[in-house]
Amino acid sequence: MPTLETELYRGGRFVADDAVYVADGDALPANALAIVSKKRYLAERIALDARAGRLGLVLETADTLDGLEGALDRFATVVLRFARYADGRPYSLAHRLRHRLGYRGELRAAGDVLQDQIVFMLRGGFDALEIAHAGTRAALRANRIVVVPTRGSAPAAQILDAAE
Amino acid sequence: MAARKIKFDWVAATANDLKGGEAVFRRADGSWTRTVAEAELVPGGEAGAALLARAQADHAANRVVEPVLIAVDPATRRPLSLRERIRADGPTV
Amino acid sequence: MYRYDQFDRSFVAARVAEFRDQVARRLSGELTEDQFKPLRLMNGVYLQLHAYMLRIAIPYGVLSSRQLRKLAHIGRVYDRSSGHFTTRQNLQFNWVRLADIPDILAELAEVEMHAIQTSGNCIRNVTADHFAGAAADETVDPRPYAELLRQWSSLHPEFTFLPRKFKLAVTGAAVDRAAIQVHDIGLEVKRNERGEIGFAVYVGGGQGRTPMIAKKLRDFLPERDLLAYCEAILRVYNLEGRRDNKYKARIKILVHEKGLEEIAASVEAEFAAQPVATAALGEAEIARIAAYFAPPRFAALPARSAVLEDAQTEDAALCRFVSRNVSAHKAPGYGVVTVSLKPIGGIPGDATSDQMDALADIAERWSFDELRVSHAQNIVLPHVRLDDLPQVHAALAAAGLATPNDGLVTDIIACPGLDYCALANARSIPVAQEISQRFADLDRQNAIGELKLKISGCINACGHHHVGHIGILGVDRQGEEFYQITLGGAEGADCAIGELVGPGFAADKITDAVETLVETYLKLRRDPGERFLDAYRRVGLGPFQEALYADA
Repeated sequence: MPTLETELYRGGRFVADDAVYVADGDALPANALAIVSKKRYLAERIALDARAGRLGLVLETADTLDGLEGALDRFATVVLRFARYADGRPYSLAHRLRHRLGYRGELRAAGDVLQDQIVFMLRGGFDALEIAHAGTRAALRANRIVVVPTRGSAPAAQILDAAE
Repeated sequence: MAARKIKFDWVAATANDLKGGEAVFRRADGSWTRTVAEAELVPGGEAGAALLARAQADHAANRVVEPVLIAVDPATRRPLSLRERIRADGPTV
Repeated sequence: MYRYDQFDRSFVAARVAEFRDQVARRLSGELTEDQFKPLRLMNGVYLQLHAYMLRIAIPYGVLSSRQLRKLAHIGRVYDRSSGHFTTRQNLQFNWVRLADIPDILAELAEVEMHAIQTSGNCIRNVTADHFAGAAADETVDPRPYAELLRQWSSLHPEFTFLPRKFKLAVTGAAVDRAAIQVHDIGLEVKRNERGEIGFAVYVGGGQGRTPMIAKKLRDFLPERDLLAYCEAILRVYNLEGRRDNKYKARIKILVHEKGLEEIAASVEAEFAAQPVATAALGEAEIARIAAYFAPPRFAALPARSAVLEDAQTEDAALCRFVSRNVSAHKAPGYGVVTVSLKPIGGIPGDATSDQMDALADIAERWSFDELRVSHAQNIVLPHVRLDDLPQVHAALAAAGLATPNDGLVTDIIACPGLDYCALANARSIPVAQEISQRFADLDRQNAIGELKLKISGCINACGHHHVGHIGILGVDRQGEEFYQITLGGAEGADCAIGELVGPGFAADKITDAVETLVETYLKLRRDPGERFLDAYRRVGLGPFQEALYADA
C-alpha cells in the first residue's frame, strides 16, 4: 500500500501522483486514479469499464495475466508489485504485458523498489517507479544512481529519463 | 549425542570481519580477535544468548558479519566441531 | 578470441564504479549485510570460512596470455600467490579483502575480464567445450554462440532475479566435453543434411541434491532462433519456477514436476509470441561474432612430426605425456595439450602465480597466445605444433606442470570442501590428495586406464560426484566426516547419474575403498580396453558391493 512516504518517479523526476489503492469492496474515489486488484476488476469488469473516472490495475508478484487479454486499454496505469526485489517475476510479467498483450500505457513498479534494481526495472519496460525507500529517493535526487550500460538498450544517460 | 550436550556447556561468539572477511572471535572487552583462545567463554543458555545479542549488536554496527555461537572446550579453548576448528586454524591442506 | 568493443569496455568500467560505490556504502554502514549480500553475490563475492572469495568469470574458459598474467598478478598482490580453477571454467581467489575487491575488479577490467554473474540467481558464466576450435572431432565451433549468449545474458533486465541460478553449456562436437546434459540449458551446435547450423536444445539437467539428466526440447533449432528460444525458456522458468523452496527452485524441478510435454508447450507458445524485433539473430551479427573466433593461421604441416617422434624415442617422460595429455587437433601437425593441475598430492585446480606466468609464456610462444580452462580443472593449450611438443613439455616440466595423468585416476575433480567453503560438510582436498598419493605410480595409473574420480564436500555437488565414474560425496555424520561412494556416473553424450554403492566410509577408510573398487575392476575387466565405466555398465554394482562390504 502506498504511504505518505511513497513518491512517484517518472520521466527523470519525481512527479505528483493522485493514485489511490482501493481495497476490494471499498467505494472508488471520484476524482483520483483508482487502482483495483485483478480479482476485483475481473469480478466487476462491466461496471468498472463503464465508469467515467481513471482506473488502474495492480498485479501482485504471483498474479498471472490470464483474463486480461483485450482489457488493458482501459487502464491509465498497470502497477506490478515487487513483493521482494529478489523475486523477479514482475520483470517477465512486464515483458508479456508490453510484448504479448501489447500494453502501451504506464507500467509502474511498486513494492520493494530499491536503488540497485531500478535500472533493471526501467530497462525491463517499466516507466514509472513508486518508491518508498528513502535512501533510493535521496540517491535519485542527488543523481547518485550508477547506470551500467547494456547492449541494445537505451544509452546510460537516458535510462533514468525513461518515458513511454 | 555427546557433542550436543557439550555444545551448550561453553560457547564463544564468532563472526567474519567486515572489511577483511577473516574469522574472528569476540573478546570479553567487546573487541574481536583472530585467536579463538582469547575469546570470551560463557556457559550456554542465558549467558550465551546475552553474548550472542552483544555480537549481533556488533553486526548491526557493521563491525562484523553474521555472528553465531560456537561450542568451545573450556579446558583447551578449542572449538569442538571440525568446521569451527578449521575456521579458527585455517585450511588443513 | 573475442575482444571487447567500446560497449563492453564502458559496461565493465561502469560496473566497477557501481560496485565500488556499493562496497563504500557497505563499509560505511549505509547498506546492511542483508541488503549488500545479493549485490556482492552479483559480482562473484562470497563470504567463506576464512575470508571473502572472489570468483572471476572466464567466459567459456578462454584466456589470453595477457589475461592469465593479470590473474597471476592479482594472486600475488591481493591473495596468497595462487588461484583455484573451478569446475565451471572460472577462477577463484580464496583470500581477498572486501575493501580490495573494487581495485581487483578495476585490474581485471584492464584485461577485459570481470566477476559479473558468477554467483546469484541469474544466468551464470556460459561454459563450452574446452577444445573448441581445436578438436579434430568438432562439427561446429561453439564459442561464437557462447559469446552471443554471454552478451545476451549480461545484466539481462528480465533474468537477473530468477528463482535460482541458471547455467548454460554449449558443445559443438559429438563427444560432449561440456557436460551439456547436466546443465539448465544444454546446447549442441550441429549441422543438418543441408549443411545449415542449428542446435539440439536440452533443458532441466543438473547436479546438486536432486541430480537430473536434461531432456531434449528441440532436435534442431535453427541458428537464428537461439536467443529468442532461450529467452522463451527463461521467461517460462522465471514465472513458473518454484520460489517456495530453494532446493526445488532449479528448472530441473519444474521440468520434472510439469513433465516435458507441458514445459515444451509453454516454451513453444512463449517462443511463438516473441516480438519480431528480438525474434531472430541476423546473419551479419552471427558473422561479426564468429569473426572473433576465426582459426589462427595454422602452418601447412605433415600430420606426423619426425621431430617429435625422434624425441620420444629418447625421452620416456615425453612419451608418456604425449600419449596421455595430447589430443587430436583439426589441423595436421598440431595437437591439443592438456596441462594437468593435478600433480600427485596437490590441490586439484590450484595454480601458483608463478605457474600462471609460466603458462602464459608457453601459450604466447607455442599456442597462438591462447589458453583454456577445462571443467576438469585443468588448463588446455589448444594449438601446439607437434614439432614444438618437446620444448613445450620441457617448459611445463620446469614449472611443475607436466603431470601425464589426463583422464587417469589421479586427475581428480574436487571442490574446495570444508577447508574453505562455508557450505561444505566434509573436506574434499585431503581425500583427493590421499587417493592421488596412493595411485602415484604412473605404470599403475596407465594400467588402470581412464577413470574419472570426482569428489564433492556436500550435496551441492560442485565436485560433480554424480557424474564421476567413481563419485565421492562427503557428509557430516554426527560430527564426523563420512564419504559415500557412487559408481557409474558419466558426463558426456552417454550421461548417467552414479548409483550409491552402499554405506559410507570414514575419512581414514575412503582411500582403501577406492583401491578396492579399482582392484575389483582390474580383476573382472575383459581386457585392458574395457574401461572402468564400461566394466561397471556390464556387471553392475554387485561385484563392487561384494568387494567393499565383504567383511561387514
